[in-house]
Amino acid sequence: MKRWALLFITIGVFLTAACSSGTEAASAQGSSDYIENKGSDTLVNLALAWAERYQVEHPEIQISVTGGGSGTGFTALINGTIDIANASREIKDLEIEQAESAGFEPVEFTVANDAIAVIVNPENPVSELTLEQVARIYKGEINNWSELGGEDRPIVRLSRESNSGTHVYFLEEVIRLGDDEDTSIFSADTLLLPSSEGIIAEVRDNSNAIGYDGLGYVTEEVKMIALASFENGEYILPSAETVSNGQYPISRGLYMYTRGEPQGAIKDYIDWILSAEAQAIVTDLGFVPIME
Amino acid sequence: MKRSERFIANSIKIAGSSSILFILLIFFFLVKEGLPALGEVSFKNLFSLRWYPIEELFGILPLISGSLVVTLTSILIALPLGVGTAIYIGEIAPKKIKEILKPTVEIMAGIPSVVLGFIGIQALSPFLRTFLNLPTGLTALSGAILLALIAIPSIVSIAEDALYAVPNSYRDASYALGATQWQTIWGVVMPSARSGLMTAVMLGIGRSLGETMAVMMVTGNAATSFAGLKSIIMPVRTMTATIASEMGEVASSSVHYHVLFFIGIILFIFSLIINISSSSLQGKTKQEKGQVVS
Repeated sequence: MKRWALLFITIGVFLTAACSSGTEAASAQGSSDYIENKGSDTLVNLALAWAERYQVEHPEIQISVTGGGSGTGFTALINGTIDIANASREIKDLEIEQAESAGFEPVEFTVANDAIAVIVNPENPVSELTLEQVARIYKGEINNWSELGGEDRPIVRLSRESNSGTHVYFLEEVIRLGDDEDTSIFSADTLLLPSSEGIIAEVRDNSNAIGYDGLGYVTEEVKMIALASFENGEYILPSAETVSNGQYPISRGLYMYTRGEPQGAIKDYIDWILSAEAQAIVTDLGFVPIME
Repeated sequence: MKRSERFIANSIKIAGSSSILFILLIFFFLVKEGLPALGEVSFKNLFSLRWYPIEELFGILPLISGSLVVTLTSILIALPLGVGTAIYIGEIAPKKIKEILKPTVEIMAGIPSVVLGFIGIQALSPFLRTFLNLPTGLTALSGAILLALIAIPSIVSIAEDALYAVPNSYRDASYALGATQWQTIWGVVMPSARSGLMTAVMLGIGRSLGETMAVMMVTGNAATSFAGLKSIIMPVRTMTATIASEMGEVASSSVHYHVLFFIGIILFIFSLIINISSSSLQGKTKQEKGQVVS
């Protein structure tokens, strides 16, 4: 009999523990000094760096940052599980509609700029390409590096998964060269890797590979390709400078979205992100700060 | 005491039948969310060869063939290794080695698949690329090797149980007839344990088919069409990896969402077939054994 009593007590303790932790979480969210921040994997390191610095200065605020992709962030914002969605692309009309039917207007903030770097293995002799050549590689029309002045090697195309804002941006601005009528898509044998690190790792190890990634993710172990918008144009390497002055052809804004005009702690946080102090962190991580 | 006993008995009864309830609930949920896909996507689109959902291209054939290629290749690797290990542990190994081997295999079962996937990216796929001179090491083969590592522990433990269930009198009789150890294992023990060994294989297939994380990390996830044997050394995209990587982004009740659940139904049917065939195999041998005894 004693043993049963013990069992029931244990179950009871667990139940109360579960209940109390539930109410704790709810009250923390209510007082809104707990900010949930989720979305773009491109932005996740930057968002983490911001959150860490901000929490040092404002220890009463707790900020949690997770990745998952821009689409994932919007879905979570619409479902009401987060306060700020990070995105490396603008919100789609469909997502705005869903947000409105969920009862709020998404508000956009451009928090940094990012260049998309096209990368290859350092052993690959090819170091300059036109945007059209990159597009033809990814459409499956160019399949060997020798067609581009390189060695006789097959081209292995790497891309982020289709839930990534970078993927969508690359599709629209590189593969379709910004043409809305164009319906070209990635070649079916394009490897869709679940993370930026996966792309860097494969490009680092494989001299057949070509990939693309946000400038902030590119490491010394891979080689960036200088891109030209036109056949006889100037080939430009991505850097904070060439992105800021608009020379590098593929750069984009990075965004944060809130549920309606931000209030209270969320507003303070966004204001801080747009300040010079937070924008200095942007440069440290290899992204490009927004213009004043 | 009586009352508490009844309480316990009833709790156990509920616990026991709950799994049936869960299966039914899961099945109804899958059907409810997945079947609308058949109405929303044309048959031609659904059974085409191109999967690119952000442009409404929902061809699921490359995903099905991708899963099958990875799973079957992994079983071809895991079957000889798994059954071989089980025979060694159960029939041949001296007690001391057996005591080391068995827990080691069990530890292998406990390695999280994401860890295996990480090893796959960092070590296995670069090795396969240089060793087989492939364009990329992120292929069905890399996934199959990792899956074999995941399936082997379950195959070993079930196969070993099956061998253990063979009565010692069979072995003694075989030895008495002058058979060698190998003849006894091959000619007597394995045929008697056939159904258990088949169950082990079936469960291994089920384990491979459902595994997601490791596969997603090393197979390249390119939805390439089936190209015969060459598919083994090509990047493929499996059904599980597709669901896992795309479920997070889809708006609920969109066409893409329904198609992902439809893929879930197909996976469910596949594992149902595997489970039914393994249990029917088991049933068959029980009858056979009954006849032997009578």
